[in-house]
Amino acid sequence: MSEIGPVFERCREEKRAAFIPYLTGGDPDLETSGRLLEALAAGGADLIEIGVPFSDPIADGPVNQRAAARALAAGTSLSAVLDLVARYRDKLGVPMVLFTYFNPILAAGVERFAERAEASGVDGVLCVDLPPEEAASELIPALRARDIDSVFLLAPTSDRRRIQAVARASTGFVYYVSRTGVTGAREELPKPLLKEAKRMRRRLSQPLAVGFGISTPEQVRSVARVADGVVVGSALVRIVEEHASEPGLAERLEAQVRELADALR
Amino acid sequence: MSAANDQPIGYFGSYGGRFVPETLMAPIAELARAYDKLSGKRKFRKRLQSLLRDYAGRPTPLYFAERLSRELGGARIYLKREDLLHTGAHKINNAIGQALLAQSMGKERVIAETGAGQHGVATATAAALLDLSCTVYMGEEDMRRQRLNVERMRLLGAEVVGVDAGSRTLKDAINEALRDWVTNVRTTHYVLGSVLGPDPYPRMVRDFHRVIGDEARRQLRRQAGRWWPDLAIACVGGGSNSIGLFTAFLDNERVRMIGVEAGGSGEELGEHAARFRGGSVGVLHGTRTLVLQDTNGQIAGTHSVSAGLDYPAVGPEHVVLAEEGRVEYTSATDAEAIDAFHRLAATEGILPALESAHAIAEAINRAPGLTAKEIVLINLSGRGDKDVESVLAYDRETGDRGSGAGRQTVPRVGREFE
Ligand SMILES: Cc1ncc(COP(=O)(O)O)c(C=O)c1O
Repeated sequence: MSEIGPVFERCREEKRAAFIPYLTGGDPDLETSGRLLEALAAGGADLIEIGVPFSDPIADGPVNQRAAARALAAGTSLSAVLDLVARYRDKLGVPMVLFTYFNPILAAGVERFAERAEASGVDGVLCVDLPPEEAASELIPALRARDIDSVFLLAPTSDRRRIQAVARASTGFVYYVSRTGVTGAREELPKPLLKEAKRMRRRLSQPLAVGFGISTPEQVRSVARVADGVVVGSALVRIVEEHASEPGLAERLEAQVRELADALR
Repeated sequence: MSAANDQPIGYFGSYGGRFVPETLMAPIAELARAYDKLSGKRKFRKRLQSLLRDYAGRPTPLYFAERLSRELGGARIYLKREDLLHTGAHKINNAIGQALLAQSMGKERVIAETGAGQHGVATATAAALLDLSCTVYMGEEDMRRQRLNVERMRLLGAEVVGVDAGSRTLKDAINEALRDWVTNVRTTHYVLGSVLGPDPYPRMVRDFHRVIGDEARRQLRRQAGRWWPDLAIACVGGGSNSIGLFTAFLDNERVRMIGVEAGGSGEELGEHAARFRGGSVGVLHGTRTLVLQDTNGQIAGTHSVSAGLDYPAVGPEHVVLAEEGRVEYTSATDAEAIDAFHRLAATEGILPALESAHAIAEAINRAPGLTAKEIVLINLSGRGDKDVESVLAYDRETGDRGSGAGRQTVPRVGREFE
């Protein structure tokens, strides 16, 4: 087992949901990205999701698409993101989940990737375009053999059969996608979200984290009523985009993370 | 096999599958069920057949290209005239099929990607016919070079959304169509335009196009006295017109088959779309197949003078056909395709689509080595009106009518991961 389980346990003891910020690794460049991971931890992240930039991110909205493009332009690869994790995972003491598309892993070779992920201290891997059916033969066994969690997603369209398949395959936690759509901040939470998340949560033994489109402390607080973890991504990535070249970027990000994390405390 | 056993579905050998975000998994399963059910129904098949006949113009002629055959001095060349279909390319076979399916599933909206614009025009046409609303995604580079088709789609009532990302071509249009689909999947059917994407698309799109080869087979029997050609040639973008031609002949070992990819302007990654030459196994747009990519698994840019072949992945069934040695895959360069375009215009009075011109180019190379007893069947997948500006621009830039550069084979890209 990775350290993800204990994080959710600790949060449960504290009677709160875990705060899970997302950033694209290597955005705007690898060095800055490292400092931003420190800011996430300092601001109160319980778990960090770190994105592997991909040339064709079909599940992402414009903000994360541009982040991936910046990271790739700065020379970031899957390998470089793993180096980043290796440098910061233990130093920060915050578990890290890789958020990626499958092709970079396939190009590296699934076994080779799993070896490198283990050596880097990765706690969990979430592949947005790899459902459990396609992960069953290679990726899941490769990760499991190394005590790395394989995290799968559920969505509002998931029917009972799919919930079962994900419940069987997912370890660490299950990620519920709050809406049909791509990543990106929205003004309002979808109306059926709270009810739907409750329905999913009842069927799962793992903790449930909810993400996609959550950006304000109020939204974080209301999602926390039905979830064990709350993910905020694009809202933070946007700060990186808007202030990339300013000296106070890390401080600004840390303040924003603190405000969101404090909403759960 | 079923999702309940966590078993993968929709494979051709080890290629294919369903590599999509969770949001699409249940809808894709529903689509597969709806397609399997509907395609077995007589009423549906009749409706599709009558639209293909009375509306789209099937069967398309099989034409003996006598002058071209004589000039090349070898085999007898027959052209399957998909260019004569309504909207000007084979794409309408699939667009009507999928639009009927969308309608029967109760979807009120269809979306499509398009490269050359032919699939977009076909989908816009089928949507108008069946009273569905229609949005087409198209890379801005393709909108520039296939301007005529952009205007046609708009006149047919479709919304055309330009995509300004990546290489601004077909790959980027598919990205954007998938994002739309993920968002609107409850009301919207995605009419994917080739044998790409997650299951059931590769087999469904193939089934809608196999009429091409089935007809050609019967026509050959009537016109040439036998059921099969010695050589069948088609261009391969995603691979729909080629699989549509090949499927009828796959179990006849006397038939050799060649799929022709875009050789583009050079051998470097980014200068062509020859997946069988420069690709390696990857996952793109929902399917596991051969993909042009760098050693880090980032998808490569591509180039072709022909927008419909300008794409970094190929339909998964083709990869198996190549591995089995059943179909040979080659490429024609931009220059060879342009030459073939002019050649067909001059000898037969036909302006082919630049995609189809790649198949003609291959026949020009092969036919002289064959005898007059042998039959070459080429799928003329579309007409060239849309390409007139591109051809004129190419000729202006090269100062002549192109010169067929040679073809070479380079080894597949190696992999590094450190
Ligand atoms: C006339 C024509 N032929 C061929 C193609 C290539 O697609 P496919 O390989 O799916 O037939 C296109 C695609 O736009 C086309 O318009």
